[in-house]
Amino acid sequence: MSADPTQGLFFRDALLVDPEALRESRGHLLVEGGRIAAIGPDLTPPEGARVIDCAGRPLAPGIVDLGVKIGEPGERHRESFGTAGRAAAAGGVTTIIARPDTEPAIDTPEVLEFVTRRAAASAPVRIRHMAALTKGRAGREMTEIGFLLDAGAVAFTDCDRVVTDTKVLSRALAYARSLDALVIGHPQEPGLSKGAAATSGKFASLRGLPAVSPMAERMGLDRDIGLIEMTGARYHADQVTCARTLPALERAKRNGLRVTAGVSIHHLTLNEFDVGDYRTFFKLTPPLRAEEDRLAMVEAVASGLIDVICSMHTPADEESKRLPFEEAAAGAVGLETMLPAALRLHHAGQVGLARLFRAMSYAPAQLLGLEQGRLAAGAPADLVLFDPDVPFAMDRFALRSKSKNTPFDGQMMQGKVIATFVGGLCVFGEV
Amino acid sequence: MTFRARHLLGIEHLSPGEIRTILDLADRYVELNRRTVKRTDALAGLTQINMFFENSTRTQASFELAGKRLGADVMNMAVAQSSVKKGETLIDTALTLNAMRPDLLVVRHNASGAVNLLASKVNCAVINAGDGRHEHPTQALLDALTIRRAKGRIQRLRIAICGDIAHSRVARSNLILLGKMENRLRLIGPPTLLPAGVADLGCEIFDDMNAGLKDVDVVMMLRLQKERMDGGFIPSEREYFHRYGLDAEKLAHAAPDAIVMHPGPMNRGVEIDGVIADDINRSVIQDQVEMGVAVRMAVMDLLAQNLRAERGRAAAGGIDV
Repeated sequence: MSADPTQGLFFRDALLVDPEALRESRGHLLVEGGRIAAIGPDLTPPEGARVIDCAGRPLAPGIVDLGVKIGEPGERHRESFGTAGRAAAAGGVTTIIARPDTEPAIDTPEVLEFVTRRAAASAPVRIRHMAALTKGRAGREMTEIGFLLDAGAVAFTDCDRVVTDTKVLSRALAYARSLDALVIGHPQEPGLSKGAAATSGKFASLRGLPAVSPMAERMGLDRDIGLIEMTGARYHADQVTCARTLPALERAKRNGLRVTAGVSIHHLTLNEFDVGDYRTFFKLTPPLRAEEDRLAMVEAVASGLIDVICSMHTPADEESKRLPFEEAAAGAVGLETMLPAALRLHHAGQVGLARLFRAMSYAPAQLLGLEQGRLAAGAPADLVLFDPDVPFAMDRFALRSKSKNTPFDGQMMQGKVIATFVGGLCVFGEV
Repeated sequence: MTFRARHLLGIEHLSPGEIRTILDLADRYVELNRRTVKRTDALAGLTQINMFFENSTRTQASFELAGKRLGADVMNMAVAQSSVKKGETLIDTALTLNAMRPDLLVVRHNASGAVNLLASKVNCAVINAGDGRHEHPTQALLDALTIRRAKGRIQRLRIAICGDIAHSRVARSNLILLGKMENRLRLIGPPTLLPAGVADLGCEIFDDMNAGLKDVDVVMMLRLQKERMDGGFIPSEREYFHRYGLDAEKLAHAAPDAIVMHPGPMNRGVEIDGVIADDINRSVIQDQVEMGVAVRMAVMDLLAQNLRAERGRAAAGGIDV
């Protein structure tokens, strides 16, 4: 994707959000040839450049959303590359990192090439793909990690299926290390979490829901950390959601292991009580946690202990959600709601804009070796211009995703995307 | 009258005043049920459908009898064997039934929250006859009525609930009701059968039965389901009976006039000694069954009154409900 090189794009008077330097400052930004050409307070628009007056509104590197479920192949009735791409553009997401938990799983170079071609043809934003770590995500044999890397896989993960056989996982990690491939794990002790629909505690007990102790997540991460120490692999925990998991993560980082962690926007902004009267749109994997856990995650994002915020976008059709809570599908869509939800933390004074975009853009891009996520000369002009203050009531049927399963339906939110640019081209909004 | 709800989905949303209203009316139905002629016409012309997705003999019979004594047209749907097996969803089943215009739906389902979900899709009164591990409100109400009649009050009592609390909707509804009525509650059972976080609900937790039963006024035993007996949650039936089965020796720690309750069906020799269950001076287990019919009559009577009032208002306002 490239912009018309003859015409520059000049953002006048924006609040420049630089997640790399963790700085927010007023200034101008010039885009030329699809890349950021210059940034600063004293720039003047070159002749013929299109000038966008930002009036002091934030301009940040577009979101790199690590872990988006798209229903291709297999479940296009839930989400296609086209609908996910349009939802992403509207949500300020300029790079989707797609999950391989499709049907069939993305576990061979052939399937990967197929989805890569489909994605490029139909989505207005960049889409990069992860591949399964084991064949069929069955946890028995590792995939062709080398070939898949050559075909463009940016990371390897079995998503929410835990590789229970430690021998298999240790071999996959050791092999991945030889190629410096990133392995993404789902820290969870599956023996404890099997069948769980809620986090154990007073709420789950009163609702009579099968529940899992937060300890299952700590145990899962502890096990994975042991294997990382053994193999030296590069590892990212997809979602860390419990306070008691954090000391283990902190220790692993302090010991110099190549470990990073993410958290979904839902676990940062909602807690178990939001489930209320068995509302299945709040059923997630892992389940929503206690308020103390949520606050601990917010703090861990603010301090940088948790590196990445993702939407964990998981489209589910109405039928799979219109069931008793235990039987309903888990997951929520998030591409379009991630930014306004994240801005709740900004408005609450808990996490600043630069830190938010470090977790949503810079850190995931760095992790995956992408050149996105930076507001610096030479970086691709993947940008989001937004108004953090404009209030609106969330209406799920206004979402561009094919599936409308958002837990924020009917809620008051604050912050809207004005325009999204990919490689200097406007893919959403009117400016 | 202070009972205004449309459905009875759980004890959680009832106020102490509403609970008293139900119990007071149930007292009157106990008297009626003891007469030779047991009919009223409180529900005359109304249709009651019993929809039990989980097999039940006692509760279904109790609801059926309650409805018939109130003059309703009662139908039992054998849903456990029918459409659900053919892949129909709960909501479709509900909508199908709703189209037949019932007035009262009595529902039991094996998933927690399923009855709430169903209630949101129909426009008749729904009574929860037990959903998963969530609630079984009429059981808690009949237990409260039994206690009130045996003890003369339903406040400031020491009440022990013993056994498989984790998997019991009866325990949850009782916990909520007896807590609302300001009693001191104790939960007794092996740690594997106690749900997490219950200590936050203001109960005392005991894994030693003798200590837990000390000076209590009411002993509520729970049924231990067969599938939980071997190895998974407890080592064996006989060890469970030894540590948590109610026998004369353990009951001796309770107050001398303590009553013994059990929601049935009982496993004699597993959670309760047959001698205790049959002791007419201590056991109120048969009274519970009798109170069950009266409480269900009271609940259906009150819900039917609310339903008629609502339809009256809607007719006056020209809205079809």
